[in-house]
Parts: sequence; C-alpha cells; structure tokens
Amino acid sequence: MAKRFSPETKMVPFPSNAIVPERDMDSRPILEARNLGIDFGGLTAVEDFNVVVGRTEICGLIGPNGAGKTTVFNLLTKVYQPTRGTILLDGRDTYGMNTSQVSSAGIARTFQNIRLFDNLTVEDNVKLGLHNEIKYGMLGGILRMPGYWKQEKIAHQRALELLSIFDMQDMADQKAGSLPYGAQRRLEIVRALGTNPSLLLLDEPAAGMNPSETAELMENIIKIRDMFQIAIMLIEHDMNLVMGICEGIAVLNFGRIIAKGTPAEVQSNPAVIEAYLGKKKEG
Amino acid sequence: MNKIKHLSVTRKIDYATYAGVILAFAAVTILQRLDMVSRSMEGMLIPICCYVVMAVSLNLTVGILGELSLGHAGFMSVGAFSGVIAAMSLRDMLPSEPLRLAVSMVVGALFAVVASFVVGIPVLRLRGDYLAIVTLAFGEIIKEIMNCLIVGFDSKGLHIALNISGTVTIDSLGLDETGYAIIKGAQGATGTDKIATFTAGFILVMITLVVVLNLVRSRAGRAILAIRDNRIAAESVGINITKYKMMAFVTSAALAGAAGTLYGLNYSNMAAAKFDFNTSILVLVFVVLGGLGRIWGSVIAAVVLYVLPEALREFADYRMLVYAIVLILVMLATNTPAVRSMVGKMIPRRSKGGA
Ligand SMILES: Nc1ncnc2c1ncn2[C@@H]1O[C@H](COP(=O)(O)OP(=O)(O)OP(=O)(O)O)[C@@H](O)[C@H]1O
Ligand SMILES: [Mg+2]
Repeated sequence: MAKRFSPETKMVPFPSNAIVPERDMDSRPILEARNLGIDFGGLTAVEDFNVVVGRTEICGLIGPNGAGKTTVFNLLTKVYQPTRGTILLDGRDTYGMNTSQVSSAGIARTFQNIRLFDNLTVEDNVKLGLHNEIKYGMLGGILRMPGYWKQEKIAHQRALELLSIFDMQDMADQKAGSLPYGAQRRLEIVRALGTNPSLLLLDEPAAGMNPSETAELMENIIKIRDMFQIAIMLIEHDMNLVMGICEGIAVLNFGRIIAKGTPAEVQSNPAVIEAYLGKKKEG
Repeated sequence: MNKIKHLSVTRKIDYATYAGVILAFAAVTILQRLDMVSRSMEGMLIPICCYVVMAVSLNLTVGILGELSLGHAGFMSVGAFSGVIAAMSLRDMLPSEPLRLAVSMVVGALFAVVASFVVGIPVLRLRGDYLAIVTLAFGEIIKEIMNCLIVGFDSKGLHIALNISGTVTIDSLGLDETGYAIIKGAQGATGTDKIATFTAGFILVMITLVVVLNLVRSRAGRAILAIRDNRIAAESVGINITKYKMMAFVTSAALAGAAGTLYGLNYSNMAAAKFDFNTSILVLVFVVLGGLGRIWGSVIAAVVLYVLPEALREFADYRMLVYAIVLILVMLATNTPAVRSMVGKMIPRRSKGGA
C-alpha cells in the first residue's frame, strides 16, 4: 500500500542515532521530530524532543506521570503549537498547519480521556472518521442526490468493515456514550483508522482495561499495523504491553528524553530505573 | 409495510414530522372550506408558519450546532425588508403574485445570507461563546438601520436613503408622479401588497424541514453535530470547524430571511420595531421548550405557544397564569423520557431481530 509518498517532497535521511526497524530503513521515516519543545508560561513542558519513526514501526513513549507524554501528542497534532522545533511528517514540514490539516496530512490519534461523539451512534462516530473520504457536498446531502446515496452506502460498509477489526459491528446502532469503557477506547481507535492515517497515535489505549482485554488489544494493535501498514506510536503505563509490542521506546522524564532504544535496552538503562523507582538510597 | 420496519428510528421521526405538518395543513384547509375557522385564527395562520420556520432554523444554530444566537429576529428583519422591497419593485415586472412572492422570498433569504456572513466570519472562527453577544448587537443594529431606512420606487427605479440626520423623509427621495413609497423610516413598510398566502407558508415550512432534516442526516450535518459534541475530537478527524459552523449559521439565517419576507408580505404595514430582542427571545423560548436539536419539538412549541396567548384572551386576568402553566406542561411533555418513549411507541419500531 503506497500511501502519500509524493516524489516532490525531498527525501529526509535517517539521523545516525535513529532507532527504527531494519525493514523501514530503506524508506523515508514517517515522522521526524527535531528539537521539539513547548513552554506553558514559565513552565517548560517538553524540551529537545527528537524522535524518528519508521513507516511500519510500533514505538512506545513512556515516562512517569506528568512527564509530558500527552503534551508530545498534542504538539504532533497541533492541539498546541510548538514553541520550538520542527515536525516532519513523511518528509513534509507541518509548520503552520492546524489540527484538522494535520489529520488530513496523515496523523490520527486517540485521547487519554476518551473523546467520542457521545450523543451520536457508533456508526456515525466511525463515519466522522471517514469524513474526508466521503465525497459529496452540502447540497448533495440536502437534495439527496445520487452521490449522497452512493457515498453513504460506501461509508456504511466501510464503517462496518472497520468496526469488525474489533468485532464491534453489532454495536453500530448504539450511542457511543453508552458503550462500556473498553469498547469506547476501541471505538476511538476505529474512528482514528477511518481517517486513513499513516501514523496512529494511541494515548494510553489499555487504561482501564482488564488483563484479558489488554492482551487482546496487544494482538489487535499488531494486527492493525500489519493490515494497514502504518506506524503506531503509543503512550502506555502497562509495561507488559509496551515491552511486548513496541520495537523502539523513548522514555520521557520532566519533558526530556532520558533514554531511547529497544525494550531490552530501555529496561536495563539506569536512568530509566531511577526515573521510575526514584533515586536509590545514597551510599 | 415491511420497508417501514427497517427504517431507523430517527428516520421514522422525520417522516412523522413531515406527515404531521401535511395533515395539519390539510385539516386547516378543509376547515377553512367549511367556514369553521374563526377570523382571528385565520389571521394567525401565516405568522404561525413564519414562527415555525424561525424556530426550526434557530434550532439548527442553537440545538444542532450548539452556538447560542440572540439575534435571530435580525435575520428575519433583513429578510422582511429586503423581501418587501423586492416584491414592491417587481410589481409591474412580475404580475403573477405567487411567482413574485417566491422571488421575493429568495431575495430575502439572500440578503439574510449576506448579513450572516458579515456576522459569522469574524465570530465563528473564535473559540468560546462570542456568538451570543455579537448576534445580540446585530439584532439591535439591524433594528436601528431599518428604522432609518427610506425606500421608494418610481419609473427610474429604486430610491434608497438613510434617515440618519432625522430630517430625511420620503419626499426627499424626489419620486416622480408614478412613484410610491415602500418603506418610510420608523413607520416601516407601508402600503405593502399582501401577497403572502397560507399555502406559501406551508411550502416554506416543508422546505425548511427538508433542508434542516436532510442536512442533519448528511455528511455535513454529522460534522456539525460532531463539533457540538466534542470540538477537539472533531478537529482530530480532520473536520474544518469554521466551515461547518458557518454552514449551519448561514443556512439558519437564510431560512429566517425567507420567513421574514413571508411575514412582511402578510401585512400592509410593518415597523422595524416588530423584530426586536423580544422576538429573538420568543423564538429561542420555542426552541428551548421544544427541545434542543429536536425539530418536531420546535414545530409544536412554535404553533402552541404562538396560538396560546390569543386563544387565552377570554381568560382575561388569568391569561398569563394559564400561559405559564402551559409553558411548563409543554416543557415537561417534550423533555420527559416517559412522554418521549410514549411518542416513540406510537411510531412503529424496528423489531429486535430485524437487521
Ligand atoms: N495546557 C497546559 N497548560 C499548562 N500546563 C500544562 C498544559 N498541558 C500540560 N501541562 C503540563 O505539562 C506537564 C506534562 O503534562 P502531560 O499531560 O503531557 O503529562 P503526561 O506525561 O501525559 O502524564 P500522564 O501520564 O499523567 O498522562 C504537566 O506538568 C502538566 O501540568
Ligand atoms: Mg498523559
């Protein structure tokens, strides 16, 4: 699936310190953040954030509470405008884009505190993910022109297809707000996939899930990557999940990356152990 | 019959709304033929249609888009005066009254659209509840402008002046002997041809319902609902927030403009003071009592609450008391789950097993 690879955008070489899977080395990285940073008033929430994500990589962003992980997602999706730094999406600078333009450019996300369209049905939530894929205008909709019927039918089928990834097609007519917590998290992922992203950001996808749900989610994340051939970056506190499926991990503490590497490298890194367990007793 | 079973509940409610309006129109028309409609009731038929359109269109902005608008009467005013001017200017060119009425309503809608762009473009880009305050000001400004408006028509065409100094009158326009006044400042429109008809009102109500309901059930309407539900999530799936806010707001204004024209062409005299803040609030009350986002609720609330004060005249002193009680009853009826599910049961529901 060759997506959004336009020859005009110049090739961005991988920086020498990038950790991406071997198979992605031949193509341009889907995401490169350079010296990204943001200040809230006097507080520097994120500083010198540098990562490179391969086209089909599953990578993790971990760190203690308040480390700045969600803020990084908000920077990548332009919910906040970065104070410093550059974001290259598929080699293209996203400077000056807003959230909806970044979505059209290929970044989709879920939210730590679930943000569904609660009063709309599950199917409509997914169709909103498909919003920019559905091609008919306001008048076509009001006058119910042939395009409306055709496109809505395609959208309906596509929505059910996407929902079937999580076996949720039977819930299509329910209100999104009435779904159980775990199903809401899954629906957010389905909606995000509807936007046809090349990079999917998941903010604590397993939060509030029980171990069996989490195990299923891990399989599904891998399934999604394989099916759609996209990159996935996830924030997660569940270390089994992170160490189980991530190929590369960046550890954030007080807004700075303190370690980067494979799960094994990160787990044995003294700085990471210190950040998570607190400073060991002196002497 | 089998087909009806497979329709979704929302679609059934939409069809029931259309059916209700058509039945009401048919019933009133038959009663009129039988001479069973009182004079005062007959005089209210066209205004009722206007207020139904006003309520349904305001519901698009307030209920469906979720932005508070306090100046809906301003768009009605723009539509009323521009529509009256169009109707009076086209007197000789379009002798067919229904055609002239239709063209005037389109003109009224277009002018309201222009006004809504002027209001909406700067405001709807902002986050936060700025629309309420700006539409409030808009309503007042329009009222003042229309109060100064002096318009006449003669063989040379349209003459327009603004009586800002307070000394300009219709005579200052220098109309020739074939000329006639259309709008006389604070006096408003005078000598207007009363070409509005109940049938036209019914058609406008139906058009309004089709536009609003079909819009809401389409791609654009989903986007508008999504913005109301969760703006950040809507942005995150690539929805252009400003565009869809404008779409809802402008559509709402266009319908209010057409309703204004119909209203203006129902009276030979009409002053700008008619479309004041109280009128905006009255329509907002219809919308809130009928239920935010619930279109059939707006229709019923507008009809009942418009007719009621007139029907209660015989109660004299108790009028306002009864009015208040009915307000509360309407609110309970349209917003209580029990009553709503009862209404739902009257409409055939999809059977559990059916796909
Ligand atoms: N809009 C904002 N204004 C001011 N400070 C903010 C804002 N957003 C985030 N912060 C601050 O930035 C820091 C990082 O917050 P962030 O939500 O990114 O942490 P996190 O790593 O996602 O934590 P958690 O694991 O608890 O979700 C916190 O100190 C937070 O208070
Ligand atoms: Mg967070």
